[in-house]
Amino acid sequence: MLDYDVKYLKFKTYLSTYCPHCNKSFNVKEKEHDVLVYKGIKDGVEMDIKLSPYLDVFEVETSMPLEQNSVLDDLLCPACNQSLVDPATACGECGSKVGKITISAYSKLLPFFVCLKYGCEWHGLTKADERHIKLKIPRQEMPEQDQKLRVHNFIEVPYGLTTELAQLEAGRCLQCVTPKCVGGCPVGIDIPAFIKLIREENYEGAAHKIKERNVLPAVCGRVCPQEDQCESKCVLGLRDDPVAIGNLERFVADWTIKMENAKQPLPPKRLNKKVAVIGSGPGGITVAADLSQLGYSVTLYEALHEAGGVLVYGIPEFRLPKAIVRQEIEYLRKFGVKIELNSVIGALYTIDDLLEMHDAIYIGVGAGLPKFMNIPGENLCNVYSSNEYLTRINLMKAYRFPEYDTPMPEGKNVVVLGGGNVAMDCARNALRCGANNVTIVYRRSRKELPAREEEVRHAMEEGIVFRLLTNPIRFIGNDVNWVKAMECVKMDLGEPDASGRRVPIPIEGSNFEIETDLAIVAIGTGPNPLLFNTTPQLERNKWGYIKVNEETLETSIPNVYAGGDIVTGSATVISAMGAGRIAADHIHQKLSGGA
Amino acid sequence: MFEVTRHDEMAQGSIIRLDLNAPQIAAKARPGQFVIIRANEYGERIPLTIADTDPYSGTITIIFQIVGKSTALLRAYKAGDYLKDVVGPLGKPVEIDNVGTVVVVGGGTGIAILHHVTKAVKDAGNDIIGILGARSKDYIIMEDEMRQLCDEMVITTDDGSYGLQGFVTTALQKYLDERFDIKLVYAIGPIIMMKNVCNLTRKYNIKTMVSLNPIMVDGTGMCGGCRVTVSGKTSFCCCDGPDFDGHAVDFDELEKRNNMYLKKEKDALLFSIR
Repeated sequence: MLDYDVKYLKFKTYLSTYCPHCNKSFNVKEKEHDVLVYKGIKDGVEMDIKLSPYLDVFEVETSMPLEQNSVLDDLLCPACNQSLVDPATACGECGSKVGKITISAYSKLLPFFVCLKYGCEWHGLTKADERHIKLKIPRQEMPEQDQKLRVHNFIEVPYGLTTELAQLEAGRCLQCVTPKCVGGCPVGIDIPAFIKLIREENYEGAAHKIKERNVLPAVCGRVCPQEDQCESKCVLGLRDDPVAIGNLERFVADWTIKMENAKQPLPPKRLNKKVAVIGSGPGGITVAADLSQLGYSVTLYEALHEAGGVLVYGIPEFRLPKAIVRQEIEYLRKFGVKIELNSVIGALYTIDDLLEMHDAIYIGVGAGLPKFMNIPGENLCNVYSSNEYLTRINLMKAYRFPEYDTPMPEGKNVVVLGGGNVAMDCARNALRCGANNVTIVYRRSRKELPAREEEVRHAMEEGIVFRLLTNPIRFIGNDVNWVKAMECVKMDLGEPDASGRRVPIPIEGSNFEIETDLAIVAIGTGPNPLLFNTTPQLERNKWGYIKVNEETLETSIPNVYAGGDIVTGSATVISAMGAGRIAADHIHQKLSGGA
Repeated sequence: MFEVTRHDEMAQGSIIRLDLNAPQIAAKARPGQFVIIRANEYGERIPLTIADTDPYSGTITIIFQIVGKSTALLRAYKAGDYLKDVVGPLGKPVEIDNVGTVVVVGGGTGIAILHHVTKAVKDAGNDIIGILGARSKDYIIMEDEMRQLCDEMVITTDDGSYGLQGFVTTALQKYLDERFDIKLVYAIGPIIMMKNVCNLTRKYNIKTMVSLNPIMVDGTGMCGGCRVTVSGKTSFCCCDGPDFDGHAVDFDELEKRNNMYLKKEKDALLFSIR
């Protein structure tokens, strides 16, 4: 047991132990580590029993060969030689005799038991006491790339938890009997179960546990807004920081990617039913994986030349490495999902064409049409939509121009319009592409910024300037039609509107100019009309999103389902996956005749 | 992967014709639509208008002029080679009724696209007057094919080496002055040509359709890079076009936007030579 990393042990719940008779400590320094040493008697032979002084690790080492599950006759204090066996107590797990000692944990003396059966880990602490001891481990921060260095590269900013940190963080979970966190997860991952498997160092098991509900753990562990979902529900969060569920999910997913030989579940027997999925973003991937698991032949249609949707064209490399996405897509492919790239539905095939070839269709095309401000000068050169800017850099790898042929939008004074995650992504991308100053212009205040807290923090750390309560009113071009400045007006917040956010009102006469040579409009997206041009019978709401039965996600065309951004408007990766799961359930019900 | 089934060079090697094996696209494509091509893993996505389709053999034809790195790269693809990605058919097809007499005007490589459009104009039962223009005799392409479709045809060259000397607008003006049955003009070619044709027809109040070819990335309405101002409002060429009413298009803006990457284009070419 002594080959543990010192650092690892240091973070474990450390116990100071005392003999109840002579009050001497059992803690003994051995080489560099502490161990607890007792005297054990088995068949009249005396031996040293060494125990790790950590609540989570009950590794026993004896100086004599001892068989697993054999029971000692007696346990003695090595100092006063008195028996520690407590006749009033029996082991709560195996019923064997137990030794009773005292532990001092965080200024509290507690009775602590050592089961005499070799291999049994029962310690008799009440859950409450165990919690009292464990609560003290702080939430483990994920190591991150230095903020000065990272603006010059595209390498992922957070490095991920190390095994030690993951163990420590997993140890914080209380393993609630009725876990609240699961209810906060749109796809209902059994969070306590996978954390328990991490504690048992069964990372592969933990990965399979997550994959039961979520086919993209490496992606979700990185981009889910956990602080609003599972982690917001964690009981620990009431008095302390919640368990870092997202970081643990990411840890497990990355572990399986590193272990190339990690077992992959075999594709199931194929049913004679075909399903087409339009769009290979997170929602489409979930539907494809779920239905494929049930035996359906699934074809995934993707308009671009790479599968993954927003995961490959939108989210930047330094937040979600593309190699990870590719790995997750490969998992699908091995599972038997057919992926048809370069297939624009609405152009190459219509919904009707697909219905002829398939038993059901899922539309998960997202909200891909960029919105513009509709202010003068927006079509000047070097004014981009966030979609174009990010697509050039992520999908087309323009940051490696001229090795890759797609030119990179360049500017020294970059302004980004908008305050969401996409705006943060554009701003941080611009820094990495060599901008000197990057400014985010947002019309409300810091409190209303829709981006994740972590993204805002990263952006601020990297030196991005936030011009809040500021609204652009026009772009000003130079003589060759390139953007050279942006005129803005200062805003004030008025009464809350229907969405509960306070309405920004322009302050008259507060106009000013911001110098810029590259402007990126990141104020959201809308529904792309391409699919609907050839399918006018598909009913849509007044904003142009697809109307669905809210329970089953079926559209106005029978056997055609839709979910994600194309139904709800721009939202998150995980909510698209949640919709995908619901649709997959109902497609299965319908096609199998269950409903 | 998409196989190149034919490779031809025209106009002294400056204009290339490729036939690509893409049966699904060939079955669906209508005149006026375009494809996005990415030649290899490092390539740029470039929009190229479909110049012809053969649904029976499952091929589409693209004809393009070598203007930069990506088109120069495409030139290297011979029959039997494979292109990485071909996406389409994108954009709205030409919508045309029987209006009477239609003048089709093509300049340079635009003639290749015009040819496909002219087929649609012909199929709708219109009388066709063709005007083709180029720098000199060597740069006139697809003359025979166009002659078969047009009821009358005029060729103009800048240097007078073939047909009339002058621009297509010179010939067009003559027709507009002489003929009163012209209901529609279709102009496809360099931006400056389309702009001048529109300026001319505006005076005669004759509807003029143009086919625009702005810079695009995805071609499906996602990036907004192809936005053009039409009637004072922003349109996306990939979804709303590529055909627009030429009298409403802001050509100056389009020209400047299309030149956005000129310097980068040079860098890319230099890099590839090195």
